[in-house]
Amino acid sequence: MMTPADPPILSVEDLRVEFGVDRNVFRAVDGVSFSVHRGRTLGIVGESGCGKSVTSLAIMRLVSAPPGRYAGGRITFDGQDLLTLPDAQMRALRGGRMGMIFQEPMTSLNPVYTCGAQIIESLKVHANLSAQAARERAIELFDLVGLPSPSKRVDDYPHQLSGGQRQRVMIALALANDPDLLIADEPTTALDVTIQAQILELMKDLQDRTGTAILLITHDLGVVAETCDEVVVMYAGTVVEQAPTAALFADPQHPYTIGLMAAVPRIDVDADRLATIEGSVPPPWAVLKGCRFASRCPLADDRCKTQPPPLRAIADAHRVACWHAPIEGARP
Amino acid sequence: MSALLEVEGLTKHFPVRRGLLRRVVGTVQAVTDVSFTVNAGETLAIVGESGCGKSTTGRALLRLIEPTSGTMRLDGTDLMTLSRADLRQMRKRMQIIFQDPYGSLNPRMTVREVLSEPLLLHGVATQANLQAKVAEVLGLCGLSSFHAERYPHEFSGGQRQRVGIARALATRPRLIVCDEPVSALDVSVQAQIVNLLQDIQKQLGVAYVFISHDLAVVRHIATRVAVMYLGRMVEEAPSAELFAAPLHPYTRSLIAAAPRPDPSAGRVHASVEGDLPSAMNPPTGCAFHPRCPLAVDRCRAERPELRTIGDTRVACHLAEPATMRAQTRPLDANTPLARRLAVLAAARTRNKETTPA
Repeated sequence: MMTPADPPILSVEDLRVEFGVDRNVFRAVDGVSFSVHRGRTLGIVGESGCGKSVTSLAIMRLVSAPPGRYAGGRITFDGQDLLTLPDAQMRALRGGRMGMIFQEPMTSLNPVYTCGAQIIESLKVHANLSAQAARERAIELFDLVGLPSPSKRVDDYPHQLSGGQRQRVMIALALANDPDLLIADEPTTALDVTIQAQILELMKDLQDRTGTAILLITHDLGVVAETCDEVVVMYAGTVVEQAPTAALFADPQHPYTIGLMAAVPRIDVDADRLATIEGSVPPPWAVLKGCRFASRCPLADDRCKTQPPPLRAIADAHRVACWHAPIEGARP
Repeated sequence: MSALLEVEGLTKHFPVRRGLLRRVVGTVQAVTDVSFTVNAGETLAIVGESGCGKSTTGRALLRLIEPTSGTMRLDGTDLMTLSRADLRQMRKRMQIIFQDPYGSLNPRMTVREVLSEPLLLHGVATQANLQAKVAEVLGLCGLSSFHAERYPHEFSGGQRQRVGIARALATRPRLIVCDEPVSALDVSVQAQIVNLLQDIQKQLGVAYVFISHDLAVVRHIATRVAVMYLGRMVEEAPSAELFAAPLHPYTRSLIAAAPRPDPSAGRVHASVEGDLPSAMNPPTGCAFHPRCPLAVDRCRAERPELRTIGDTRVACHLAEPATMRAQTRPLDANTPLARRLAVLAAARTRNKETTPA
């Protein structure tokens, strides 16, 4: 078991990503930092438009430019600076040491190739295997991710499989070259709950076996609670709170985190009425001088509206970007 | 007291045609022999995974999809035999809200036009009081009258769903079918819409058929819950009963699979293996038997009928009165989350007092 004291496999420092043409520029990701260690899972949680998916695309250097633009920061993967890496080396990393799983397996698998062919291609390119060896490895991978009758499935086209099976193929594809880092962007959002449970369990088992680091992007706090070791909460392009999972749920500090947790209906808790966060996320082009959550925050005062709060540590590994934190006088 | 909506033996089978002559080569048994009642002012939730027939059931209730067979009565009126004109009249009394409010609102109509149409068609408003009626229904849904001149694309997802609710509510129906109304929304907005639906129900006494795949939302909003699997109802019970003592193994695995936002609850383990079978070729006997951890020979051969155990109707050969009840707990007011929420709520109240709107 690696400890967080080891150098992280991935570290992101002060990442800034902008989109736009001419004067219409908006910053989708604004100063995001975190790191992921081998054998551990970091979750990025937030609502639509918070910049979580752009962050994951930026790490893989898949933000299309233009209109996208890296406006600052560093992304380091196992000592290599990804933002200055030549394209050919970046291509070798993607699908090789960095595996990816996307939300919608139907649109991320090529419909005119069999599932097997897509994995075999990846194995031939990255692992330099012969056609026969690659096919055998593909069948092995299909077996590993729990696809029934894997030797038949390799010759199936994506449309012949169910949603859960397609996501298993995506995972097999992502794992084909024993990645050091698996980036999963909403991997179970399009799936039914019973299938979601299967896929999450599979990812966890594979992590235990291979020691891969996982960066999990999700909007679902339930998924975070069950799978992540550490959590980054994002709002409108910035990190508002960051903590080990248990600490975040036991001791949420940012008003946005608190609002989000209280807004989730619970299957195991009785509540008459759900708490809500008033208003909605500011549009990306809004120019916000202070805290981006200020317009929806009941605690917001003049300082919040003019000065962006820095992300500061309030406990071991627990950091929060709020002028008012901790909002209770005494911490429990 | 007779129920507001009575559904008996509702069935919808879609023919599957293939080849040049469009010969029927099979049927998709989307919904088979579904029966339930909905009382005035209550919420019946229909839950299940994709392909279980819950949306087809919802649409069949309004005859947006013509049922193959079955009977449906709203307030005693037989819905199956209504002519098209009478059916249109009946739509005044039953309405539907869709999952994707963007897809279900005409992008070329302003909100005023969207709302005026049903108001005028059903004679709820006249040209003279149209303005006031539109403002009234917007107000019910937490929108302001200035929103009336806007087009759907000018709204956020949550506001668009409010417009969708306003449209359904315009004619003051007795029953609204809500087909995954909050599934496409972000958590914080989802909570606003769930609260809105509950407020409207309290105020107007409208009944909901709430179709959803999200058990946590259902537990929060439903009076009674019906669970569907592969086109058939497998369990139906009062909400509290269903979540405390689920009798069908499928219901139990659905509840177990729902992720809980609580790291101390431990990891969920997938309790069902495999995928939903094809509705064109459902398994023999109990449709759930290939995935059921308890299945015995009888389950493979003989389809279980719904039977009553206590307040629950369940279709399982092996179901027995529950001996154990799951513990649900009231929201603990002394957790850090609850205390901080109280701090935020107090600040919000204070803000409202100091800055009059």
